[in-house]
Amino acid sequence: MAALLPLIGRRRLWTFHGGLHLPDEKALSNGRAVEGAPLPRRLIIPLLQHIGAPARPIAQVGERVLKGQLLALADGNVSACVHASSSGTLVAIEDHPVPHPSGLSAPCAVIETDGEDTWAELPEPMGGYPQLDPAEIRERIRWAGVVGLGGASFPSSVKLNPSTDHRIRTLIINGAECEPYITCDDLLMRERAGSILAGARIMRHLLGGARILIGIEDNKPEACEALRFALAETDMRGYTEIRSIPTLYPSGGEKQLIRILTGKEVPSHAIPAQIGIVCQNVGTAAAVADAVLEGRPLISRIVTVTGRAIGEPRNLEVRIGTPVSELIARAGGYRERPRKLVCGGPMMGFDLASADVPVTKSANCILALTEAEAPDPGPALACIRCGRCAEVCPAKLLPQQLYWHARAKDLDRAQDYHLFDCIECGCCAQVCPSHIPLVQYYRYAKNEVWAREQEKRSAQQARARHEARQSRLERQERERKARLRQKKASLDAAPGAGQSEQDAKKAAIAAARQRAAAKKASA
Amino acid sequence: MSGPVVSSPHGPRPYRVDRVMLEVLLALVPGVIVMTWFFGWGTLINIALATLVAVAAEASIMLLRRRPVTPAIGDYSAVVTAVLFAISVPPTLPWWMTLLGMLFAIVLVKQLYGGLGYNPFNPAMAAYVFVLVSYPVAMTTWLAPDVLAEHPLSFAESLRLIFTGALPTGLEWDALSAATPLDEMRGKLDQGLRIEEIRQSPLWGDFGGRGWEWVANGFLLGGLYLLWRRIITWHIPAAMLLALMIAAGIFWLLDPETHPFPAFHLFSGAAILGAFFIATDPVSACTTKNGQLIFGASIGLLVFAIRTWGGYPDAVAFAVLLMNIAAPTIDHYTQPRVFGHAKDRADR
Repeated sequence: MAALLPLIGRRRLWTFHGGLHLPDEKALSNGRAVEGAPLPRRLIIPLLQHIGAPARPIAQVGERVLKGQLLALADGNVSACVHASSSGTLVAIEDHPVPHPSGLSAPCAVIETDGEDTWAELPEPMGGYPQLDPAEIRERIRWAGVVGLGGASFPSSVKLNPSTDHRIRTLIINGAECEPYITCDDLLMRERAGSILAGARIMRHLLGGARILIGIEDNKPEACEALRFALAETDMRGYTEIRSIPTLYPSGGEKQLIRILTGKEVPSHAIPAQIGIVCQNVGTAAAVADAVLEGRPLISRIVTVTGRAIGEPRNLEVRIGTPVSELIARAGGYRERPRKLVCGGPMMGFDLASADVPVTKSANCILALTEAEAPDPGPALACIRCGRCAEVCPAKLLPQQLYWHARAKDLDRAQDYHLFDCIECGCCAQVCPSHIPLVQYYRYAKNEVWAREQEKRSAQQARARHEARQSRLERQERERKARLRQKKASLDAAPGAGQSEQDAKKAAIAAARQRAAAKKASA
Repeated sequence: MSGPVVSSPHGPRPYRVDRVMLEVLLALVPGVIVMTWFFGWGTLINIALATLVAVAAEASIMLLRRRPVTPAIGDYSAVVTAVLFAISVPPTLPWWMTLLGMLFAIVLVKQLYGGLGYNPFNPAMAAYVFVLVSYPVAMTTWLAPDVLAEHPLSFAESLRLIFTGALPTGLEWDALSAATPLDEMRGKLDQGLRIEEIRQSPLWGDFGGRGWEWVANGFLLGGLYLLWRRIITWHIPAAMLLALMIAAGIFWLLDPETHPFPAFHLFSGAAILGAFFIATDPVSACTTKNGQLIFGASIGLLVFAIRTWGGYPDAVAFAVLLMNIAAPTIDHYTQPRVFGHAKDRADR
């Protein structure tokens, strides 16, 4: 019976406050199998595709690079390696527009591909990983440049190395994929369920034997079935459960999914590891399996190219660095002129200024929305405090009050109302009858707080520096005075010694004069 | 790709302020129809007049403030204020009192505080109280409901009465007017009569005054529509009506001779209208759920207290305004526990 339970997967689930039932629009793109994207002529691979420090380039410009070759090394603990996603020539390491909300440029490695797609020599597969030192496996994952593929892009090797203070009891594999339109995780679960489970098994090993919970929204029955079939084939049934959870945005948010599956709330300002939980995306699990079991670095990912402005919405296996425009062309081009091109989902994604930017590790979806799908919300009206936002807020905040204080730039009050517990899911803005871009206000307020704290820190540093200098000067002055006093004292004590010193000086001056005179004469 | 870069979310927004206000107006329709049925054309004339004044006032102030006029008019909030005021006042109220009331509501109570969303008081109720304390006689002279009236006023007669104050020839006010149920109840109780004796009068229906109880039913229907459409939540109306009923019930149980049956309180005066349409004005009410329960219940208790011991027969407007003052404080002390924060909130 116990062996059957995970197969049935009907255990108690918890709920979180609020959330939204959104039209999921997933049928647009989940009807076809994942297809390969063509090899582009140029790959533009950003050096910063993760949270943390940009990778430090080690390949030389002009060098021929092979597919899977390390281009840039993780710089510091929280950073991730970057690899060439096809073979060719590294023509430049220069600033290039990247998919980022700011629309700014960042350093990228540019590769002119040679079309041969030749693999570099890859490290040995670690089939017998359970016998290996976990540090060695983590090093492999770090080498492979695996980051959280759910969107945050936090380096996985760090997340899989929790501090010894917290025993990890639960590993949650996030297959919720709650954002509308996006189906890349759905397709990954359908097509590579085995890899996901293998990756989960490796991660469990690294975390010291946690139980595994896999959460999938119930609008993806095929994915759920595929994972259940795959699970039945493995020896993981004793500690793995697949749970179908109700479709409710944002159930795929880390804290929300943990709440749904375990009933636990991650404390504010804490990470899940502090309550014994680690949460990883299904894509990350598959990437870990690739890295450990096949020695393959993270050089491609599944990207959903969808939206009603796209000719043939679908999922593509895309090399990191492929320009977005090539994906759109591969997905049948535009059916109509899009009003908006978004990287990510409609709830949390950000506008792309152009389709020239490359796909990064965190780009799960390219969304070309029509006028009807993303109409201009029009000018924002005044907040009427209707409270719909508070009803849907999964963090149980009072968005109307937060807005009030953020707008007034009253940052202290905004923090009193727990500004930093906002996960920016966009539910509040979605239901706002006044069409106020609430999330924008919260992002602004957070940035202001960070800027203010930064300012405070540098002011403190400056003050500390100033005080150190002041005390150094005072100390030097004290020492000088002490020396003088000492000298005086010693002079007073022994006038004879002082006399002889003066004589010596006079003699030296006389000698110098003589030397100078002799020099003049000889000249 | 065209259009300004805005922050997520990107999809269509299902709600809009103007639609919310239109739903409120729609929900008022049954009550207004019943009112017109029982009390004649005056209600409709008042609604038209008040709306005209309110919209004109709103537009003029927006022009003075050099702000765009169309969005302010287009959100229909001024119309809602106007209709709520017009159905709260007697159907025969002289036109200039409606004019004064609406100017007070829109210019002083709403726009001087910054317009929609910034007014601490409910504009319709503030205007009602302003006109009531200024012109108590006109504001408490109600027509007898249709079923009791000797001479129902025609449209032309209503129009003439409102705009010139001229009664139809051969008629006196006494023939037209009748005390409202709350007035009647108070007056008779003050004279020392018992409830049974008071209820002998033909003014009474099943729960409240004849005609009046049907008006309340009309607004109840509209209120349920608002709940169904999720324009309002149950918290304020339920708390207010329950508190009113419990307070009335306790006193009725203690002394049924001098305290009317709880249903009388619910179906007389503006209790139902107030619970669903006035106390729920989001701008001036509490915004936290627990706060809304306290806010609603306090209004219910205040309504009972003012009706029973206060100087005015009906109390919804006063109770709502009093609680509007308290709303920000209540909101401050009733913040919900934020996700991931400890349960005790001693610091607030």
